[in-house]
Amino acid sequence: MALQKPYLDVPGTTIFDAEQSRRGYHLNQFCMSLMKAENRQRFKADERKYLDEWPMSEEQKQAVLARDLNRCMALGGNIYFLAKVGATDGLSFQQMAGSMTGMTEAEYRAMMIAGGRSPEGNRYVGEDGDAQAHRQPQGAAGRAARGENAAGRKD
Amino acid sequence: MARITASVYTSHVPAIGAAIDHGKTAEPYWQPVFAGYDFSKQWMKDNRPDVIFLVYNDHATAFSLELIPTFAIGTAAQFKPADEGYGARPVPTVIGHPELASHIAQSVIQDDFDLTIVNKMDVDHGLTVPLSLMCGQPQAWPCPVIPFAVNVVQYPVPSGRRCFALGQAIRRAVQSYDEDLKVQIWGTGGMSHQLQGPRAGLINAEWDNRFLDRLIADPAALSQVPHIEYVREAGSEGIELVMWLIARGAMADVAGGKPPVVRHRFFHVPASNTAVGHLILENAQ
Repeated sequence: MALQKPYLDVPGTTIFDAEQSRRGYHLNQFCMSLMKAENRQRFKADERKYLDEWPMSEEQKQAVLARDLNRCMALGGNIYFLAKVGATDGLSFQQMAGSMTGMTEAEYRAMMIAGGRSPEGNRYVGEDGDAQAHRQPQGAAGRAARGENAAGRKD
Repeated sequence: MARITASVYTSHVPAIGAAIDHGKTAEPYWQPVFAGYDFSKQWMKDNRPDVIFLVYNDHATAFSLELIPTFAIGTAAQFKPADEGYGARPVPTVIGHPELASHIAQSVIQDDFDLTIVNKMDVDHGLTVPLSLMCGQPQAWPCPVIPFAVNVVQYPVPSGRRCFALGQAIRRAVQSYDEDLKVQIWGTGGMSHQLQGPRAGLINAEWDNRFLDRLIADPAALSQVPHIEYVREAGSEGIELVMWLIARGAMADVAGGKPPVVRHRFFHVPASNTAVGHLILENAQ
């Protein structure tokens, strides 16, 4: 019998379960290695070379090089482990979280100050909230993708 | 006889630690967060415990994917603040209480909870930020601390029901310790937050405040809430709130005593990505 996964219908969310953990084991352990200052230096000096020391998939390595955290998570990364890459880059947790939405740092910060993202429309896949797949990316990246300017109008 | 005098509940956002360490607590963004703990700092001075049993989670700091204990009790004499990638927080070393911790481990395991015993571990912001919020910036923490780490990183985390029952076992363990010690139990993490994916930044103030209401008045019913409700309503990392049920389960009313006194309640949005919640419950004398 398959494992019960009642969380697959939560939009914009990857639950780090046993299956994701298996998939991302080496990716996450690579991240963990960045807890040591010496390893951070070696990684920064030559990222590709450092990644090649780990038995990660090419896809995982590319996602790390691109700092595409959504892709890293889809490939088994966990946010607390991926945060070590962000720390190596000198990013705050808020900058890392924001990078997964398409919003700029200022947009994401403003959303949080205004009370955060509403759960309305964001509880189940298929609703119309701002975290739903059909509304990605959000913020500036979304406007750019739609050819709109900052005011939301087509140029 | 040792006894549990009070329970404290608080979020443990890393940015709060950074704000304290970098002297930003008076900035307009942070001032409302720290104002919510002014009462608490005075209360800690007036009600200094002999030991704090501090329930928290490790954030891929002491435990990588090599080893993922569901419940881990720190029995060491001391625990160093961890370097989480930004350098270690400039806070005092955490002094443990190996005798009481070992006693609790033995009692709770005999009570059918399979704890992992940890004799060497660094502690991350999950443990040190609550101490900073409640104690400020002292040269040494006011008393020994027993770290109790719960896995909330890899799903499935322990259920609320299991956490609530564990709290009851911890209460029995504390009460069977001969030395006359005042013990506080702290539950940390939460409240609503999601740190990942397009749904990052989710906050559900209404659900959080209902959680606080239920934690105070009807924790047994609250403990029945399934994981999926935490994830859906409070965000993927909001599931840290199950840890609050361990502390709540250790209170006297759950074992047939009087209801606790609510000494302090605070809620604020945001601290970085997170809703900050805080409660102090005292057992009636």
